Amino acid sequence: MKTFKRPDGRKPDEIRPMKAEVGVVPNADGSAMFSFGDTVAIAAVYGPKKMHPQHLQNPKKGTLRCTYNMISFSVTDRIRPGPSRRSTEISKITEWALEPVLMIDNFKSKVVDVHISILQANASTRCAGINAAIIALAHAGIPMKNLVSSVSIGKLDKELIVDVNKYEEDWKEGEGSTDIPITMTADGKITHIQLDGKIKKEQLMEAVKMAREAHKKIYDVQKKALKEVGK
Amino acid sequence: MIETPNLTGERIKGYLEAGKRFDGRKPDEFREVSIETGVSKNAEGSARVKIGKTEVLVGIKMNVSEPYPDSPDKGNLMVTAELTPLSSPRFENGPPRFNAIELGRVIDRGIRESKFIELEKLCIKEGEKVWTVFVDIYSINDDGNLLDAAGLGAIAALKNAKIPKYDLKEEKVLYGELSDKNMPLKKDIPISLTVHKIGNSLMLDPTREEEDVSETRITIGSSNGIISSMQKGEAMSLSVEEFEKILDLTEKAEREIFKKVEKLLK
Repeated sequence: MKTFKRPDGRKPDEIRPMKAEVGVVPNADGSAMFSFGDTVAIAAVYGPKKMHPQHLQNPKKGTLRCTYNMISFSVTDRIRPGPSRRSTEISKITEWALEPVLMIDNFKSKVVDVHISILQANASTRCAGINAAIIALAHAGIPMKNLVSSVSIGKLDKELIVDVNKYEEDWKEGEGSTDIPITMTADGKITHIQLDGKIKKEQLMEAVKMAREAHKKIYDVQKKALKEVGK
Repeated sequence: MIETPNLTGERIKGYLEAGKRFDGRKPDEFREVSIETGVSKNAEGSARVKIGKTEVLVGIKMNVSEPYPDSPDKGNLMVTAELTPLSSPRFENGPPRFNAIELGRVIDRGIRESKFIELEKLCIKEGEKVWTVFVDIYSINDDGNLLDAAGLGAIAALKNAKIPKYDLKEEKVLYGELSDKNMPLKKDIPISLTVHKIGNSLMLDPTREEEDVSETRITIGSSNGIISSMQKGEAMSLSVEEFEKILDLTEKAEREIFKKVEKLLK
């Protein structure tokens, strides 16, 4: 009793074609591109460097600072350039998603800046941003325990799908669409989860399981990109 | 990390006096230029331009709005540039600072004054509705000469642009659905080139280090040898002879770059 068919013919657990590339911004200490189909994110890492403004310095440990930004023509309706409430929130969420694996305690009073730009959007931009950010951090040589991988799980009407695109995100029929971006470490700990819509507990657990399986595939792509460095 | 040291500056000057540069180029030689168009699926037109390691991304978006009172039968043009913190350790978040504002305005004038876009063809209903063309410039990696990269990017993206469909009855733009109508453009491409002066030497296409020690610069927008816009930057005077030399240099360089761009845009 399938109520929903994916517009691009993907299977429910199929991620869009992924691409990852390291070193896309030569100026940065580390940088990477990550894409899910038409959703393209790049991330650049600067630091560890002196924290500015000074009053934000933390003498006890290093600080991670992320900024997420969609470029004006990344979507069909032009976005007004500059920060918005949405981008401010996603920036913070991204920090929280990454920080648990980073070992930056020793960089006292210093900051590691991660700048993420969404070059082209077809939903799941925050996930693509996080996936790019963690490999950019690894490329910059920031000590870390593990990589993290991020994917959005969608519930369209009653069915769960992996890696939501724009058409699916806007799904209105039946129970409508529920969007659940999830980030996990390579050993399966959740560092970020959000949810918009409605879903029961059992199905949410199923969604987390689906995310875990998807993360393994994403992890392989991330790892492969990192191994290309210096080849 | 931030500033180029004085010592390096002196060395750059010394090299230039002998007609040499660190990377082996001649003073009037550009780094390798590459232009890729149609790089964004959601923009009406787009281009990625690389000059050496410098990279910019330019996108065209359009919407329908009221015309300015002084041009009721003409479309509007708006050029903005964002120097993203992603592209250099020198750029920070926040409202655009002077450099980004100037970059947008210099490119704006280069396009506007050359009349490259036939804005009168972008009028839907005189005095009420016209197309606004947004040219949005993003730096991806700044290794000097963002100005010229942005200029090339704007031209390439405009050439790549298609006008979105417009529902006259509902009075709204159908975003994501492009018509097969190209942006109305004149045949002659305006090229915007920046000449820098360091010591007694003139040079084109500076790297980041060279741009840092540049004492003054002039950006000239021209097409087929006809100059339509100009801006001098930084506080250092130029003699009339030097100014004339700059014009000669740009005239020659415009022809060369024009040939390159024509080839790259084919």
